[in-house]
Amino acid sequence: MAAPAQPVAITGAEELEAGHSLWQDAWLRLRKNKLAVGGGVFILVLALASFLSPLIAPHSYDTQNLALGATSPSGQHWLGTDDLGRDLLSRILYGGRISLSVGLAATLVAVVIGVLYGTISGYFGGRVDVLMMRIVDILFSLPFIIFVILLMVIYGRNIYLLFLAIGAVEWLDMSRIVRGQVLSLKKQEFIEAAQALGLRRRRIILRHMIPNVLGIVIIYGTLIVPRVMLTEAFLSFLGFGVQPPMSSWGTLISEGARSMEEFPWLLIFPGLAFSSTLFSLNFVGDGLRDALDVRASKD
Amino acid sequence: MSEPFLELKEVRTHFPVEHGILFRHRVGTVRAVDGVSLRLQRGEVLGLVGESGCGKSTLGRTILQLLPPTEGAVILAGKNLAELRGGALREARADFQMVFQDPYASLNPRMTVFDTLAEAIGAHKQVPSAEMPARVAALMEKVGLSRRFVKKYPHEFSGGQRQRIAIARALAVEPKLIVADEPVSALDVSIQAQIINLLAGLSREMRLTLIFISHDLSVVKHISDRIAVMYLGKIVESGPAAGVFEKPLHPYTKALISAVAIPDPEREKKRQRIILSGDPPSPLRPPSGCAFHPRCPDANADCSRVTPPLEEFQTGREVACLRAREIS
Repeated sequence: MAAPAQPVAITGAEELEAGHSLWQDAWLRLRKNKLAVGGGVFILVLALASFLSPLIAPHSYDTQNLALGATSPSGQHWLGTDDLGRDLLSRILYGGRISLSVGLAATLVAVVIGVLYGTISGYFGGRVDVLMMRIVDILFSLPFIIFVILLMVIYGRNIYLLFLAIGAVEWLDMSRIVRGQVLSLKKQEFIEAAQALGLRRRRIILRHMIPNVLGIVIIYGTLIVPRVMLTEAFLSFLGFGVQPPMSSWGTLISEGARSMEEFPWLLIFPGLAFSSTLFSLNFVGDGLRDALDVRASKD
Repeated sequence: MSEPFLELKEVRTHFPVEHGILFRHRVGTVRAVDGVSLRLQRGEVLGLVGESGCGKSTLGRTILQLLPPTEGAVILAGKNLAELRGGALREARADFQMVFQDPYASLNPRMTVFDTLAEAIGAHKQVPSAEMPARVAALMEKVGLSRRFVKKYPHEFSGGQRQRIAIARALAVEPKLIVADEPVSALDVSIQAQIINLLAGLSREMRLTLIFISHDLSVVKHISDRIAVMYLGKIVESGPAAGVFEKPLHPYTKALISAVAIPDPEREKKRQRIILSGDPPSPLRPPSGCAFHPRCPDANADCSRVTPPLEEFQTGREVACLRAREIS
């Protein structure tokens, strides 16, 4: 044969060499990032505690004890009680359940819509792309808080509607980011090679496009979560979020702010829970960006 | 001459230049490929050479229908590929494949070698998954890669190895025609010969028709049966490789050949380079007459007015130059 073989001979029965996927490489890099790992662990613990709150909360979140009233932190109530005598720790745990699930669910909605919309817009290009992106521009220019408030007014306060409404607003950024990625990916030779092979469009999008935009999607996904939680807190603060006696961190902070001069712990602890979660999420997001960034990956 | 295996008839690939955001309007046309006719026999190796920007890559992609031709016919084994659409075109793609220039960009970074090759093997055939490992291994052997590497990812290979994977992927569908677009220009010189030899060996073994695109004449010299020289979207000279090298007819070919270094130091010292002045003209506004005339050392007044057709000069040799007979 004319081709001089590579130095490695083919002997057949040799052991297969294991490869490292880019995902594995990214995971190794992420593990070295102490802030990101710390943030991730913190969020996991908090999420676990929140979702198990019916089991581990020391008190019921809505049992009132008017005789007790607002008390500062004590052995009985670790984080104190509010003016209706409800245990603050329990309320924070239950509130975390709402805040975190709004964060995750709305982000999921935003990611799914954003990825599909952005991929279609970028992949088909041309007029389709121009039209789809102008629609995004128009939606961007609408004052979305009014949109959410309108929804709330028309359909009543409904936690699932809240997920949907926030998600339906947050996908705009995601779709633009994904579209940009798809546009640059489309020019890559491996996409052309897949076309030259005669693969179906569906397969090209699912196997070749989406796995290669997923890194960016994950990064921006983790950064959407805190934004969504802030929005929820904001809406709850305005009174459009969850209904009492249920609480979210937003409502707790809003209640705490009202009485912060007399009972500062009612503002401090929910605020602490909320801001440390936001910090952690941002650390994880930054860590993921460093770990997944294609430019940082070895060639 | 028997019926050619691949025939191009007056193929043109033009790109519109558009302005405007919402309402686009055409302000010009890039004539990347502008009337190329070509005939190739089964198993022949064609070296397609020209400067960067002359349209050789566009021509390659047009032959493979990755870019639809604006005009003209691409007939492969009696079938006009330019007329195929949708599913019919997808099925026909089993017959022709491409090897790309940059092996770093032409492999999906998220897929193992096995996934990449298995996908290609399964693209046009139903292959039971139990048979797949053996097929992938056979394919890797064919391109000189150890089967131990099947579970590895593209970034774990060198450029030369990646190009072998890309060649294996092209071979997976058992094509009859392969277009290799500058397959070695991204590789180290020491690896280039290996890949060229691999392609040459494969085309002999499997009776592959190969179109080897390069800007470097010395690269195509050894592998090609025939050579076609492109300038600004047109073929200006074609003929048997040996003949073109011995006695180039077109002034542009002469200049290209004069740029090839000669391995013999004695002869290399005497090599006279023809230095072309200026840059290749823009395909947006090609010069009048012969597109080469502003840079041609032999141009006269006629050259700027008359566009020379590609004509047979002697048997098997064609040239598009008004003064070919005078200056040869």
